[in-house]
Amino acid sequence: MTPVRKKRLLLILALVAGVGIALALVLQAFNQNMMFYYAPKEIKAGKAPANHDFRVGGLVVKGSMQRDKQSLEVRFDVTDLTETVTVSYTGILPDLFREGQGIIARGKLLPDGVIEASEVLAKHDENYMPPEVASSLPQTPPKEAK
Amino acid sequence: MIPELGHLALILALLMALVQAIFPLAGSWRGKEQWLALAKPAAQAQTLFILLAYACLTYAFITHDFSVKYVAGTSHSSLPLLYRISGVWGAHEGSLLLWVTLLAVWTLAVSGFNRGMPPLMLARVLGVMGCVSVGFLLFLLVTSNPFERLVPASLNGRSLNPLLQDPGLAFHPPMLYMGYVGFAVAFAFAIAAMLEGKLDAVWIRWVRPWTNVAWVFLTLGIALGSWWAYYELGWGGWWFWDPVENASLMPWLMGTALVHSLAVTEKRGAFKAWTVLLAISAFSLSLLGTFLVRSGVLTSVHAFANDPERGVFILAFLAAVVGVSLTLYAVKAHQMEGGQGFQALSRESGLLMNNVILTVMAASVLLGTLYPLVLDALAVGKISVGPPYFNAIIVPLGLLLAVLMLLGPLLRWRQDNLRQVGKSLLAALLWWRHKRSLSGWGMWLAHLGVVVLMVGITMTSLYSSGKDVRMAVRQHYLLDGYDFHFVGIKESVGENYLAYRGTFDIHQGDQLVSQLLPEKRNYGGQSMPMTEAGIDGGLFRDLFVALGEPLDGGTWSLRIYHKPFIRWIWLGTLLMALGGLLAALDGRYWRKVGGAE
Repeated sequence: MTPVRKKRLLLILALVAGVGIALALVLQAFNQNMMFYYAPKEIKAGKAPANHDFRVGGLVVKGSMQRDKQSLEVRFDVTDLTETVTVSYTGILPDLFREGQGIIARGKLLPDGVIEASEVLAKHDENYMPPEVASSLPQTPPKEAK
Repeated sequence: MIPELGHLALILALLMALVQAIFPLAGSWRGKEQWLALAKPAAQAQTLFILLAYACLTYAFITHDFSVKYVAGTSHSSLPLLYRISGVWGAHEGSLLLWVTLLAVWTLAVSGFNRGMPPLMLARVLGVMGCVSVGFLLFLLVTSNPFERLVPASLNGRSLNPLLQDPGLAFHPPMLYMGYVGFAVAFAFAIAAMLEGKLDAVWIRWVRPWTNVAWVFLTLGIALGSWWAYYELGWGGWWFWDPVENASLMPWLMGTALVHSLAVTEKRGAFKAWTVLLAISAFSLSLLGTFLVRSGVLTSVHAFANDPERGVFILAFLAAVVGVSLTLYAVKAHQMEGGQGFQALSRESGLLMNNVILTVMAASVLLGTLYPLVLDALAVGKISVGPPYFNAIIVPLGLLLAVLMLLGPLLRWRQDNLRQVGKSLLAALLWWRHKRSLSGWGMWLAHLGVVVLMVGITMTSLYSSGKDVRMAVRQHYLLDGYDFHFVGIKESVGENYLAYRGTFDIHQGDQLVSQLLPEKRNYGGQSMPMTEAGIDGGLFRDLFVALGEPLDGGTWSLRIYHKPFIRWIWLGTLLMALGGLLAALDGRYWRKVGGAE
């Protein structure tokens, strides 16, 4: 093997190794940070992980919102019209958060069954329903085309 | 009448685009020179008709023609003039019209600035751009006609989403699209080179400045979007790894790789096939970005429509573009070998590393963005990938890239040794004594911009503090030595909204540093509240207050931030864009080809 070829081979090997390492790190980061989405009925069925963040979505039950008198803690119920779970969140709710609206929360399941959310999302359009939420609600029969 | 004229103009533009696509490409294949000659006039006529259509839609917006469905859905009689003009691209149909309009403008520019370009190359480039234009015009006319009438006409419009009523956002889509569409030019040149079967110095001289300009627009577009998210979405972040942001970042990363790989192709004649592949990927990712944003598969601020027909159309178009260009690549790429070899320590290998890192970045963003969609489509499960994933990859790779960026330009082409690198490093410390070309200055400025950007990101990430608090009027909150005093809150009336306006005095020690006036706005109509943060911006720190909502007993929920160096993020991107522009203006690209050097 000529020296030039040897060098080129080394370079290629280094590149392959670099890309391989990068790929391994990427996949590892991906696995660690993947979050699943669960509807309230799946959480009630015990499918949600105990110590890993996940996302939950549904409609905010009317009249369920309770604010703490001192802090910014707020509790509300989220339903998929089959089951209901309670979400607790400390902080500012998004502008479009309203009772009866579809929302998505990211957080952990506490031992008492309450979900402690670190983020609550309501989308930027009042006619909008997050698709995850829409698909976890019972399907209404399609309107007849007329 | 005017909307029908616009519709007609679009149809004529489609016919012209067909002429522009078919005849030059067929002519170059069959060797008919008269057919080639059709490229330029067809491109100019197409541009004229598209501009006419665009003007018609703008006219409908300005004159409040609520008999046009799109205007009725996007505008309102109380909307200020600026937002009636920017409202044209405020939703799906109009933003697509903007896309084809900008494509037409780029086409016109290419057909105008072409002194000395071989006629065959020009015809092929315009032909490929014509194909892209045909695709988008068909999409527009078949699935999303902006001139569709509403019968009976609406009395008033549904108004523009208040989030979009903002000067920063008015210019975000055109900038971004100029970038996306600009990569269509690089793509067209790449296809032309493959059809020709060779990629030479003349080609490079044409493609490099165009690519740089496209990259500059894309950079500015992304920066504007990030800046807007910072002050208008109201919550103080500047990048969220939202799929739609990712959709614009991927073509940017590939475009950045392309800009660098073009440098090697120009100076050393190497990396030719790779350059072509990058040009194809940058444009394909631009199309993918459009698909992700416009089809409604992604859920975000940007997803206007949830119309599967549109998504399928763009997906088919994307598949056609990628399929045809990669097939062509497979057949022709081997003809583009050449270039001189290089040693392990050389500027070529530095740029190769740059390209590898940028490609890995783009690939991992692609994985994080598409994988959840694929799983969902296969009904395996609904997952999402959060910011920690992206940060875990982009941050270390970004640091590596920064080190390379500082050392790479010191290396010499072909081969270098460590002692020489040391000398260059010393010489670089006296960098202002170097004589450089305009493009050399551009490179340094752009790289300086990256450093400024990284300082901004690092300082903001490490030293920002912020808190959601509950405060009543006359209360104080101390954050990082700044005393936020809630002076009062009252109702105020804006041009087309009502607002609560809070007043905050911020003291540092005994000194009044700033007074902030955050607002909570209500635009009536669709009754969507809007948070308008109060921000005191400075070179070294921003102070930020946003109103949450009124709580019991006259208290409000508030978000308060102290963000050091956050402006450096956008300052850095501005420098990068300026550097890219300088490089594109370098005299060597604009001198008459074949003239004296």
